[in-house]
Amino acid sequence: MLSIVVFLPLVAALVLLGWPRPPGRAATWAWITASVADLVLVVAVWLTYDGGPGVTEGFGFEERQPWIPGVGSSYHVGVDGLSLPLVALTAVLFLACAVHGLGEDRNRRTYAALFLFLQTVCTGLFVSLDLILFFVFFDLSIVGMYFVIAGWGHGQAARAALKFFLYTFLGSLALLLGFIGLYVGSDPHTFDMVELARSAPLDDRPVFGGLVLLAIFVGLAVKTPTFPFHTWLPPAHTEAPAAGSAILAGVLLKMGTFGFVRIAMPILPEVWQTWAWLIVVVGVVSVLWGALVALAQTSFKRLVAYTSVNHMGYVVLALGAAGMLGGDAVARSVAVTGAVTQMVSHGLLTGALFLLTGAMWDRRRTYEMSEYGGVAGTAPRFAALLALAAFGSLGLPGFSGFIAEFQIFAGSLGPAPVATVLAVLGILVTAGLFLWALQRILLGPRSDTGFPDLRGHETAAIAPLMGLAIVVGLLPAWLLGVIEPAARTVVDLLAP
Amino acid sequence: MNEQPLELLPELLLLGGAVSGLVLGLFLPRRRQWIVRTVAAGTLVAVLAASMVAAGRLAGPVFDGAYAVDVPLNVARIVVCAATLLVLALPGRDVIGHPRETEFYTLLLLAALGTIVLAGAADLLLLVAAYLLASIPLYGLAGFAKDAAGTEAALKYYLMGAFLGVTLLVGVTLLYGAGGGTGYVQLAEALPGAPRVAVAVGGLAVLAGLAFKLGAVPAHFWVPDVTEGANTPVAAFVTTVPKVGAVLAAYRLLAGPLLGAPGDWPLLVAILAAASMTLGNLAAFFQDSVRRLLAYSTVSQVGYLLMAVAVAGRTELALPSLSLYVAAYAVTNVGAFAVVAAVRAGPRVADWQGVARGQPALAVALVVCLLGLVGTPPTGVFVGKLTVFTTAAEGGLGWLVVVAAVNTVASLFYYLRWIGPMFRAAPGQAERPAELTARFAALGAAVLSVALGVAAGPLLDAVLGTS
Repeated sequence: MLSIVVFLPLVAALVLLGWPRPPGRAATWAWITASVADLVLVVAVWLTYDGGPGVTEGFGFEERQPWIPGVGSSYHVGVDGLSLPLVALTAVLFLACAVHGLGEDRNRRTYAALFLFLQTVCTGLFVSLDLILFFVFFDLSIVGMYFVIAGWGHGQAARAALKFFLYTFLGSLALLLGFIGLYVGSDPHTFDMVELARSAPLDDRPVFGGLVLLAIFVGLAVKTPTFPFHTWLPPAHTEAPAAGSAILAGVLLKMGTFGFVRIAMPILPEVWQTWAWLIVVVGVVSVLWGALVALAQTSFKRLVAYTSVNHMGYVVLALGAAGMLGGDAVARSVAVTGAVTQMVSHGLLTGALFLLTGAMWDRRRTYEMSEYGGVAGTAPRFAALLALAAFGSLGLPGFSGFIAEFQIFAGSLGPAPVATVLAVLGILVTAGLFLWALQRILLGPRSDTGFPDLRGHETAAIAPLMGLAIVVGLLPAWLLGVIEPAARTVVDLLAP
Repeated sequence: MNEQPLELLPELLLLGGAVSGLVLGLFLPRRRQWIVRTVAAGTLVAVLAASMVAAGRLAGPVFDGAYAVDVPLNVARIVVCAATLLVLALPGRDVIGHPRETEFYTLLLLAALGTIVLAGAADLLLLVAAYLLASIPLYGLAGFAKDAAGTEAALKYYLMGAFLGVTLLVGVTLLYGAGGGTGYVQLAEALPGAPRVAVAVGGLAVLAGLAFKLGAVPAHFWVPDVTEGANTPVAAFVTTVPKVGAVLAAYRLLAGPLLGAPGDWPLLVAILAAASMTLGNLAAFFQDSVRRLLAYSTVSQVGYLLMAVAVAGRTELALPSLSLYVAAYAVTNVGAFAVVAAVRAGPRVADWQGVARGQPALAVALVVCLLGLVGTPPTGVFVGKLTVFTTAAEGGLGWLVVVAAVNTVASLFYYLRWIGPMFRAAPGQAERPAELTARFAALGAAVLSVALGVAAGPLLDAVLGTS
């Protein structure tokens, strides 16, 4: 079942590539069909998932086939409360991009195939329970995104794509080094995450374990990205096509933070505890740095890109705080739950924001906020969605962001009080910068050239994302109920 | 005496094919020399089949222990034949219909034979003979076209080969003197108690000879010139096939005679590996010529191969990882050259602009091969690299793994410098006709390169199970 969810988009991509000359938008419609089918399957998985505790005890829809038995690596997949929300997010966001793709007219067939390929890669990463499998998907996501940016980007796309590829590839090799370290340190040698989490092989080797954690942390931090590894992100986002940015920010960034909860925390619990203070610091610096740099941007897309650094900083802060001693287990499990919720929430809201910037580019060929003004007058739907997404992103109650950030702060305050107070300042800055940006784009005197409102396919892509963000914001229980048991398992592993 | 000629069936078939091809060529009119090509291809297929059959029951040492019919040899047989088969698909108009076309195929087969014997030699004297058999045909092939670039390539290749061949002989002499024999079994027993200096100098000299065949630093100077000066099939062959034999020969030395010998041989090989990958990558960085770029990339690839050699005999995974890497490397590297042969774009990276539009399938094949050489999953080189890194880490060479990882990132840069222009639209792009057989070879190699990665598990098991 899970393998079908993972590989259905890939099969669709291959079929598309084998279709010699699809007429008009047929390729895009085929893409939408495949994405809808995949989403239906994911919903079915969600409805039948029975909420196991995850990590060590067992996963839903687990499958295991030997792959490279010589090095103890297998095709091992399964979902738990940490990965299922992200799998669902992936399906939703890719469907939104597929619908948005109706507006793309450059080489539709390859574009659709590339995104379907990326969908398989992203889903596969979230369900993999084997380090090598995880790495394979991690690396392929970079390759796929490179071609999206280089092929469909604008401006200095080739340069930005190269920077993105080199930078994140460096991260992925650091990750590989860490994985090899885990393999060499384990006995019997294995790459299986579940077996490694059960034995936590490096707990009594602080120096070696620290080096392995360093390698894994750097690898994932580049992808997340946290300060100081974030410099690839703004150019990649600015030059990427809107849907590419939405996937990059909405799904690919989560691979980094997901790696922390899935790999680093359960497999290296003691080492994570030892270095939790440093991780908290990295998180707080990312929060403040991202917010302050975003404040200084004149380009709206760069602004959104930097707020991603800020939002991912909250996740890193929460995960670091979960490893701090002090604070009871319940609070720390709230922090982890908040972190996973933040990943989902950020995916929805930032995905929507980037698709909206796509609308700006399509109409005016610029992201500079000074070029806009009074857009609300001519484009009410655009203005409404942009305002909703911005408010959601700054953490207003009623949106998913609030639920996530509230839990993160509530959970982190006990273990890391100073850091949490500092991070709350980040919220103030983001609130200010989003309001200021809204003011500059939507209000004020109308600029000379017109700004037509969102077209049907754009609204159809963006509105459901905002709808989901509001549903999560108002009725979070169905989501939190899935995440909590798995979050508790992780926290128990960290400090029983 | 355990002389079992039947165990050498693959080698004998290859020799028979080369000789009969040569004789046949004497009587064939110039336009019908394709028959020799067919004979050569048939020979290689037969050798492949014979090696596959032989894989089930390997005889071990034969001919008084001078030749080892074991897993490394069989890996070499299969990989060398498969790579040579792919190379046979590459010749274009500069070879087909040439007065010396027959000689081209014969020399290829003889060099392949020499390479296989190099991998199987378990006696220093046989190693020298194999070295010569694997080298001399290639000197001729490098200068096949008799043009200025080819002549220069051949001369450089020959001088370097002759010099390091003599060095190899000196090393053999010293080891013979120190160990009282040339067979690996006897050397493995005698060398631990032998004079330290003699063993050190002798071993170093023997490894120097192998480094020439490998194209490893510091014996790599011929690689870029031959790759650029010779024609594409020859370039594909010399940067791929001899490495297979040489790296397995080096493995055999490190895992046998030098395992207990005085001196830190793993460290020496590790330093050579680090130097090869680093210098190869640095030199490839700003190459404008696609062939020189590929040439330096092969120098860096040798570095990764040597990582497994450094821990030979010390970890269980060394041989399987080396086998997988060398197979994946051979297929992927020949694939990249096959695209060069098929597309017939200009020699500069910039000339490849717009190739993706005219030749989308070949462009994808090149992307697969180049990213494969980087070690992007799920290609064979990825699993090769993964297992090689793992085995080196297990063998206590953690620093080398870090160096290799950094180098891998660096290598990505110059491969992308080539991939990037292909997907940029070229102004006034004319449809380029592709060479047909080379096109098939390129696509086949790309598919095979991915297949090796996906099916890596059973392949590794096969090597692990029989060794």
